[in-house]
Amino acid sequence: MKALMFGWEFPPHILGGLGTASYGLTRGMSQQPDMDLVFVIPKPHGDEDQSFLKIIGACNVPVVWKENSWDYINHRIGNMMHPDEYFWLRNGIRYDFNRIHTNDLGCIDFSGRYPDNLIEEISNYEAVASVLAHQMDFDIIHSHDWLTYPAGVFAKQISGKPLVIHVHATDFDRSRGQVNPTVYSIEKRGMDVADHIMTVSDLTRQIVIEKYHQHPSKVTTVHNAVEPLHDVESFTKTPRKDKVVTFLGRITMQKGPEYFVEAAHKVLQKTSGVRFVMAGSGDMMHAMIDLAAKRGIADKFHFTGFLKGRQVHEMLAESDVYIMPSVSETFGISPLESMQVGTPSIISKQSGCAEILTHAIKTDYWDIDAMADAIYAIVKYPAMYDSLRKLGKEEVDNISWYDAGLKVRAIYDSVL
Amino acid sequence: MKNICFYFQIHQPLRLKKYRFFEIGKDHYYYDDFMVEDRIRQVVEQSYLPANKIIADMIRSSNGKFKCAFSISGVALEQLEQYAPEVIDSFRELVATGSVEFLAETYAHSLSSVYDTNEFERQVKLHSDKILSLFGKKPTVFRNSDLIYSDEIGEKILEMGYRTVLVEEARHIMGWKSPNFLYNHSWLNKLKILVRNVKLSEDIFLRFSNPSWTEYPLNAEKFTNWIAETPEDEKIFNIWMGYESLGYVQRAESGILDFFKAVPYHAMERKISFALPSEIAKKSESVGPLSVPYAMSWWGHEKDLSPWNGNDLQHEALTKLYKDGERIRMCTNKSLLRDWLMLQTTENFRYMSHKSAYGTHYETSYEAFMNYMNVLADFLERVESQYPTTIENEELNELLKTINDQDKEISELREEVKKLKVRKAKVSEK
Repeated sequence: MKALMFGWEFPPHILGGLGTASYGLTRGMSQQPDMDLVFVIPKPHGDEDQSFLKIIGACNVPVVWKENSWDYINHRIGNMMHPDEYFWLRNGIRYDFNRIHTNDLGCIDFSGRYPDNLIEEISNYEAVASVLAHQMDFDIIHSHDWLTYPAGVFAKQISGKPLVIHVHATDFDRSRGQVNPTVYSIEKRGMDVADHIMTVSDLTRQIVIEKYHQHPSKVTTVHNAVEPLHDVESFTKTPRKDKVVTFLGRITMQKGPEYFVEAAHKVLQKTSGVRFVMAGSGDMMHAMIDLAAKRGIADKFHFTGFLKGRQVHEMLAESDVYIMPSVSETFGISPLESMQVGTPSIISKQSGCAEILTHAIKTDYWDIDAMADAIYAIVKYPAMYDSLRKLGKEEVDNISWYDAGLKVRAIYDSVL
Repeated sequence: MKNICFYFQIHQPLRLKKYRFFEIGKDHYYYDDFMVEDRIRQVVEQSYLPANKIIADMIRSSNGKFKCAFSISGVALEQLEQYAPEVIDSFRELVATGSVEFLAETYAHSLSSVYDTNEFERQVKLHSDKILSLFGKKPTVFRNSDLIYSDEIGEKILEMGYRTVLVEEARHIMGWKSPNFLYNHSWLNKLKILVRNVKLSEDIFLRFSNPSWTEYPLNAEKFTNWIAETPEDEKIFNIWMGYESLGYVQRAESGILDFFKAVPYHAMERKISFALPSEIAKKSESVGPLSVPYAMSWWGHEKDLSPWNGNDLQHEALTKLYKDGERIRMCTNKSLLRDWLMLQTTENFRYMSHKSAYGTHYETSYEAFMNYMNVLADFLERVESQYPTTIENEELNELLKTINDQDKEISELREEVKKLKVRKAKVSEK
């Protein structure tokens, strides 16, 4: 079976959880012997792992016919795409996209990020989808998140092949209910046209059904998983006097950082020998520094700034507790990553991953008392720490992308 | 003649309230009175009271031939006294018929038999005193909390003066042996062992109202027939369950009470009689020893202690709790001693189980652990403030003894002074 996937991010150059999830899912699915995956992203960097799937960069797909020599193409984009493929794809141009600004190859310059003209970039992505849909051979179209829904919808209209969309988040999660009407309309249209909708948690599934008025039979939950860490042994915990409690993620309203500061305040009133770390950056960072100072706990409350790659796992492994008090989290993969390196997690009940985890502490995001209590218990009672560490790791190691891939496959089969 | 031995357990834990760590040292009241009252009233109204009425009827209509035993934990008795004294009264009426017997157990429905022998002994005595004061009879048959039993515990039970004990029909212990006989302790012949018939007991409390069960619906005639059709030499049928099976676990609408009501008639028709555990132990001969090297219980598939101490959380909580037993028993502070009992109730630990936290009011096993440990921390702090750990137990004992002796001496001297004063007054009068 050949699947054409539209995504926005792919490791190693990722900005959020979407890239990680796309990678894990495709890797899990590629273990099915008859699965052929083509993954389209706006702008690849050339260092993506293509051992198990084929990546097409939308920025290398011509949408306007330009005459160029083989050597010139090879010189320009040869590191990412074979010139023959460029010429072959060029035959797929059926519409006039001259209104779009293109470069000397007839390709669109995508930023591949989340720029201010995001809506324009999304519609340009549609143009690329039309070329691919005309020229390529595939059985099913799979769109990851709202940015790629228009592309998927267009590809479906052209090819007549079924479309499944994968909801990693909705605008209701990102905005605490203050939805952007443009975004909502893009999401809604994608869902309406899709033959089947996959959500990353039951929480999201409920939103899709209630807020986007989709029929429940059309929406299925496929929980995310976590890639096994090959060098898990290399992350160690240096013995130190104080216990470390860590918040890691974007410091924004959605992640509930203020609840973490308040819980820290509660814990520190009663006990010493505990330090709190807020890792990451975001628009609420300065407000949080102020809040920590106002509560008089700044000497035990530390900020690290943005962490990436290996630093993330190192920080998690060095911690005694990982806490994710998200107000709303469609899935939330970081608690699973923290459990992988043996760090107990406290998560909010409003996170999708709470649906599949038993050996993690779950509290309401606003319940500072319960959160503080859980932190206290983990740092004070060795049995608590040991149980969560041991059983949590076991639990996470048994959640595999392969199983998630099988569920996706079953959905493919049902719509074909 | 075949005998049915019914025994019903009544126990409700004193549930802990939500107790956060920042309350440690500030709040010394640990129980959720509202929930405790709510739960006990619920079972009382749906089960205990109507069931007591049925049993009284059965005894009356069978001319005292119907008999059954009860074990009520001290914790449950306290709750009944406080929230449902009418149940105590109705039990008194049952006792007056002479067809009902109470069994001995640990006051707190605790694991003390496994973790702290001195505490075990103390609690059994406490419980037996409580039964005596409420119902005017001392129990003679022992049943441990959740039928926990091992050879070692059996030895202790005999030492305390009980000649009969109730145990579970655990596959790994019984093997091919039938529960329908009387057994004795592995090496102490004097201790008789009654074994629960798991199949017949579960048919009632587990499967009675289950329509997908092949024997559904179960009626008294069918049930007594099963017993009558067993081999000639199998004489004892121990059918034991929680009392709330009558009307609460198995709803009254399922007809469970009518089922029980019909049992005596059909039993007598098939020449089956009823007996109390103490009577069976006296009447029958033991067929041989039962060796139980490791503790077993009546919970779960494994029938071991894993529901209470199977994981690290439970292990930690139990170790911390029983570590200071000796010291706590030296305390004279009444509320401290009561809390000590209530914190030992087995449910506190079962709610921490990852696999079988039946009846829990916590969302997760971890929450149960956190809450319990916070309470325990406060409790141990109180013990510590009474008797600091800087003083060794023996030294403390000495000190306490000295204080006691001095107290005694002072009061004796006072008496003497008084007497002398009186004498002096008399002399001066003259």
